[in-house]
Amino acid sequence: MPEREQKKKPAPKERVDEAAEVEAPAKQGEKIKEELDDLLDEIDSVLEENAEEFVRNYVQKGGQ
Amino acid sequence: MAVPKVCGIETEYGVALRGAADANPVLASSMLINGYVEHRKIGWDFDDESPGRDARGFAREGAAPPEVETHLVNTVLTNGARYYVDHAHPEYSTPECSDALELVCADKAGERVLARSMQAARRILPAGQEIVVYKNNSDGKGNSYGTHENYLVDRSVPFASLVRHLLPWFVTRQVFTGAGKLGAENGASPVAFQISQRADFFEEEVGLETTLKRPIVNTRDEPHADPQKYRRLHVIAGDANLCEVATYLKVGTTAIVLALIEDDFVDKDLSVVGPVAAMRVVSHDPTCRAPIELSDGGTCTAVDLQWEFLRLARKYADETGLEACGGETVGNDVLDRWEAVLSALERDPSTLDGQLDWVTKLGLLRAYVGRDALGWDDPKLSLLDLQYHDIRPDRSLYERLVRAGKVERLVEEADVTTAMTEPPSTTRAFFRGRCLARWPDAIVAANWDSLILDVGSDPLRRIPMLEPLRGSRAHVEGLFEECTTPAELVARLAS
Repeated sequence: MPEREQKKKPAPKERVDEAAEVEAPAKQGEKIKEELDDLLDEIDSVLEENAEEFVRNYVQKGGQ
Repeated sequence: MAVPKVCGIETEYGVALRGAADANPVLASSMLINGYVEHRKIGWDFDDESPGRDARGFAREGAAPPEVETHLVNTVLTNGARYYVDHAHPEYSTPECSDALELVCADKAGERVLARSMQAARRILPAGQEIVVYKNNSDGKGNSYGTHENYLVDRSVPFASLVRHLLPWFVTRQVFTGAGKLGAENGASPVAFQISQRADFFEEEVGLETTLKRPIVNTRDEPHADPQKYRRLHVIAGDANLCEVATYLKVGTTAIVLALIEDDFVDKDLSVVGPVAAMRVVSHDPTCRAPIELSDGGTCTAVDLQWEFLRLARKYADETGLEACGGETVGNDVLDRWEAVLSALERDPSTLDGQLDWVTKLGLLRAYVGRDALGWDDPKLSLLDLQYHDIRPDRSLYERLVRAGKVERLVEEADVTTAMTEPPSTTRAFFRGRCLARWPDAIVAANWDSLILDVGSDPLRRIPMLEPLRGSRAHVEGLFEECTTPAELVARLAS
């Protein structure tokens, strides 16, 4: 529902890593967060600069 | 009786010419296709990436791009695919495939062809300019372009039966076919994020249009096959998918549902009230819980209706078998996958990260919202929404996720590479592709249902290919071994 998505409260992505069952939950949570942060850092490095301008300039002709 | 579900996907790619003041998408699209065809002819080696250098031995620094023909470029490739400019977009139509897995591979090969085309174009563009291609369906500014599926269907099935059952099918399958999209368009009510890129653009239930007032069920009737026996169902109500599981399910399940309809197996009315509105309701609800109204009373969720289709499909598999739906192996695997996905959608959609595009994209967006405390209207999220679909391997966010091990793949990359140049072995695409590979100069015209050859003497010879399953490797491999010239081939076929 639209209202739910517009909340500003951060919603970190939770992932369950089955292989890490034996690790203590706190340690596992931290590892997951670290992996996610690394991934976002990687993505940051390839993201186009100036998001607003880039998105504004992306215009297509209507197709089928 | 259900006919074998020969299938294909045609994708209109988004195209942007960057670094140029005056970007002409028809020109850019033409450059991509001409660039790819030239690269294939000359066999350019892309290991040496010098954007300004031309393989013919001179540099193009600062030079204007060469004269490119802007009348619509159209070519057929040695893998049996068609690659052309359509409505200011580069469009890639896969060759005909006989099952969903083969089609996943062929569709992914199309992405690689577009990536290779971008490399080829870079070599002839001035420094600082680049053509970038996106496999999506929406520019966020009211314009949409399609990803269409094609399925071989028995001509004798009344079209009304197809319409009746396909309307609720297309409305509800979005829960796994959607590629995800920020915001709403085309007058639809505002939403932060929705499941499908296409839903807002559908305005009619049935019709012939494809570019405006788009109908959920398209009535185009160009079978490209024996018109007495076959219909080609042209489906425009799908998203462009990058996740292989999403493509696999989209095509595999639709093939089974079509077989159900052909064999008159749908034993209850699954129609929904107001399918056009229902399509938006389903798309605008990433929790997959929104109720939709059924024509015969009551309400249910999209997933509930999907369970009904699956129930029928399982019954069909037991009683009739899935030979017509890609064979028993792929067919039954599709059923199991479908079941697992529906269960996950009910329990927790986020567990389908890496399998469904909308879930994968939403996970990425949520991660950024979480880390950077962004509002859902932040331009950075719109950029992520777009760049997820970038086809450049080093810029594509989807490919980045694949490399990070976050995405489930169904096909080996080596097989995808092969599918860039080799046709499927199971359909008439094999004959088309092999002829093109062996005798490129003798092929005057290649269409879906015929080849026109120059055998060295008048007149030109036309080889009809009206049976989509005739012309497979099994049928014609021997022919290619025995014939060394097009003239011999034509003579053998005539005998």
